[in-house]
Order: sequence, then C-alpha cells, then structure tokens
Amino acid sequence: MIKLQSVTKAYGRVAHALDDVSLHVAKGEIVFLTGASGAGKTTILRLIHMQTRPTKGEVRVSRFSSSRIKRRELPELRRRVGYVFQEFRLLENLSAGENVAFALECTGSPRAKIGPRVQKLLAQVGLAARARSYPRELSGGEQQRVAIARALATEPLVLLADEPTGNLDERASSGVFELFRRINASGTTVVMATHDAELIRRHPDIRVIELETGSVVFDSAAAGAAP
Amino acid sequence: MRSVREALAGFGRAPLLGGLSIGAIAVSLFIVGLFAVAAHNVDRALSGVESRVEVVAYLDDGVDEELVGLAVAEIEAYPEVQQVTYVSKVEALYRASQELTEFSDVFSDLEVNPLPASLVAQLGEDDRTPDAAERVAERIESYDFVEEVRYGREWVDRLYRLRRIVGGGVLLLGASFAVGAALLIGIAVRMAVLARRREISIMKTVGATEAYIRRPFLVEGLLTGLVGGLLAVVLTYGTYRLVDRALLPLEWVPEWWVTIGLGFAGLLGMAAAARAVRRELRGIDVY
Repeated sequence: MIKLQSVTKAYGRVAHALDDVSLHVAKGEIVFLTGASGAGKTTILRLIHMQTRPTKGEVRVSRFSSSRIKRRELPELRRRVGYVFQEFRLLENLSAGENVAFALECTGSPRAKIGPRVQKLLAQVGLAARARSYPRELSGGEQQRVAIARALATEPLVLLADEPTGNLDERASSGVFELFRRINASGTTVVMATHDAELIRRHPDIRVIELETGSVVFDSAAAGAAP
Repeated sequence: MRSVREALAGFGRAPLLGGLSIGAIAVSLFIVGLFAVAAHNVDRALSGVESRVEVVAYLDDGVDEELVGLAVAEIEAYPEVQQVTYVSKVEALYRASQELTEFSDVFSDLEVNPLPASLVAQLGEDDRTPDAAERVAERIESYDFVEEVRYGREWVDRLYRLRRIVGGGVLLLGASFAVGAALLIGIAVRMAVLARRREISIMKTVGATEAYIRRPFLVEGLLTGLVGGLLAVVLTYGTYRLVDRALLPLEWVPEWWVTIGLGFAGLLGMAAAARAVRRELRGIDVY
C-alpha cells in the first residue's frame, strides 16, 4: 500500500529531514511512527500525502508514485489518503456537521447524499448528537473526532495522523486512539506519528517504526519484537 | 450556485477592497466610455464632412456639351462614383452670385463669364477615402476637355489622420486603464484567497480539485468586472446627458458598444482573478 524506497528529503542544502529511508506498510496495517521532535515523522507523512516530493528515491502509495504523479492527480490521491492533524484544523465558523459536509461538498458528493453521510460519519466517531455544535463548544477530544470524521468523508484507503493525541488529555487520547483502531479494523491502513511512549507501550501488538534524525533506527516488524 | 454564494461572501468579507476594485474598473471604463462617446461623435461629424468629399473637374471653355454628357455617363459608371453633376458656366456664375452676395455687383458688371463649367463627382459612401478620390481624379483628368481637377486631398488626409489619432488615443487609454483595473482586481482576489487560506488548505487536504477551489474567485472577478462595467455605463450615460443638454448636442454610442464594453469588463475581471488565483494557490498547500 505504502512504500518508501531509499527516500532522502533535504530542506535547503545542508539539513536532511530524511536520509535514505526505506519502509513498507502493507494494506490494512496500523503503524506507530515514533521518534523525537524533528526526527522526520511529519516529513514521512507529508511525503505519503505528496505535499512534498522526495529529493532522492521514490514514494509509492497505491498506484501513485511520487516520481510520476501529476499535479492534477493530487486530488485523487488525497481522497484516498486521509490526514488528521494534531491541532484538529476545523473551520471555526462551521458546526461539526458542516465541517464534515465541507469535505464532502468540495470533493463533489451529490448534494442529496451529503446530509445522511454526515450523520453516518459523525455516528461513526461517536458524535451523532453534536452535529450542530461549533468547534469552540466541543472538547479537544470531540474536535479531534470531528476532524477524523472529516478525514473519513472520502472513504480513504489510508489514514495518516500527525500526533493526533498530542493536544489531548489521557482519557480523550485513549478514546481517540480506540477510534483509530476501529477504523483500522474496518480495513483502512493507519499510519500514526506519535511521541507518546505510554501509548505505544500500552499497545505492544502494533508495529512501531522509530526514527532518529531522519533515519529509521528501529522497526518492530523487522526486529520481530516490540521495543 | 456555490460559486456565486462564495463570491458574494467574498465581497462581504472585504467590502472596502471589493468596492475599490469595482470603483477602479468603473472609473477606468468611465474614462474609456467618455472617449468612446467623443470618438463616436467625432466619427459622426467626420462622416457628415466626408459625404461632402467630392471630385470637381473644371472644363475648358466651349466644350461640346454632348461630349460632356457622354463623359458624365462614363464617370457615373466608375465603381467609386455615386453621382455626377454637370454645372454649366451660367449655373456656376449664378451659384457664385448667390453664395458670395458681397460680390454681387462685380458679378453683375461682368461682360464675360470667367467661371468655368465643371463636373462634380460625388463618391459612394464606402469610397470616401483619399485613395479613391485620387483614383477618380486621375481618371477624370485624362479627358481632353478637363482643365483641372480638385478634390481637396490634404483636407481628406487630415480628416483621416484626426480620426486615427482619436481611435488610437481611445485604445491606448483604454488599455492602460484596463491594466490598472486588472492589477486592482488581482490584489482584491489575492486578499480574498488569503482570507480563505485555511479553507483552501483544508480543501487541498481532503482532495478538492484546483478548478473547484478556483471557481468562486473567478466568479468574484467576473462580478466585480460586470458591476464596475455597469457603473461605468451609468456614469458615462449621465455625463453624456449632462453635456448633451447643457453644452452641445451629442449622440449616444451604439448599443453594441455598450454590450462589448460590459463583456470586456466581465472578462477583464475574470482574467485578472484567474491570474492572481493561479499564482496565489500555488503558495497554499496542506499546512
């Protein structure tokens, strides 16, 4: 599903955000991407989402390749790869339901189907009753759930999450994480960047890829054991 | 529908900038409009003068009138010529005494009529050009009994030069103001894009196409252009009415000029928006 082949990403001339990274994430897998700040976690997510291209090497997502994808094909890729941010990034002037509907509208969903689909998505993240609430009226955990519902609107094959529990307390954090597990259980590949060691420790069954200054220093799939 | 709603919301978000853009288009097209009214009326005046453009051939004294009759028929058959009038010596004297009343004594004391007979060839509407006049003059000059041909070449030339200068002036002024208006619309659209940066970024994240993202801004440009154009028409018409009543009688420009002006304003707005939005959107990606 996702393949990074000898990927180097340099910003400017000196600093290498990623240095010759190769990794493979299979369809339906769930993966923790961990490491200190600046280790290259976000860079990997951005490369998979093709917000940026590798300086060297190739990133493949489903049938899309970073070395061949055209600008006009990016929307198609992004409908298949959902993205969840640490700071939720909801539109403050729209209600929870409208935030989800926004994603459906701008990706061309038929108008008649938007309402029922929004209800279904909000129910999926446990917020069926909060459709009319505005982000400021929601807790952090609830806002992140709305953001996840929005990311799921286009029925992506892959869900990328950049520190999705970073701004949440422990209770909200584990609730959101369980949601990711459920999404994964329904067949969506999930790649979650996190530096929450406790979260990783509590889920030893999940594959962990650890980065350090732009290189993979540990991959539990290769090691055959949890860190 | 969404695009129109978004575009109107765009105006609502930055009414001052939207108003400025509309104002800029209105003022620029108003100036072009004034020139257009002026040009149209100069044109009209020129065509009035033009219809008087004629080739006059003065004939030798004592020329056989039958020969002249044949020549008239021949000249009337020229493609450029609409009508040929023969003015006999007597008629020339009569006209002169009528038109130049202060010399009526001189004319009545004359023993010999000094005025020559003449053929006056009026050119067809499409042939009132210096070239056609010269062509006709050359052909008429070849008759033996023609002493001299006059057609006021310099005068015709000057009229045409004036018309060209007026036309060129309108075009140049129109173009420079259009550039100014386009720049302003560009700024307005750029501001609108910036104001919606967050939304656009989310659109890109979830996979909206560039065309979808761009559309409301293009509609905003189109509406800005059209409203500015309409305002310019109203201003121009008001000024025209004022001048027409108080200063000198004028004629309003043909309707299709107005239609073309409005269409141009709309297209200008849209093109300026398209250029700005293309450049600005490249700068926005998913955070």
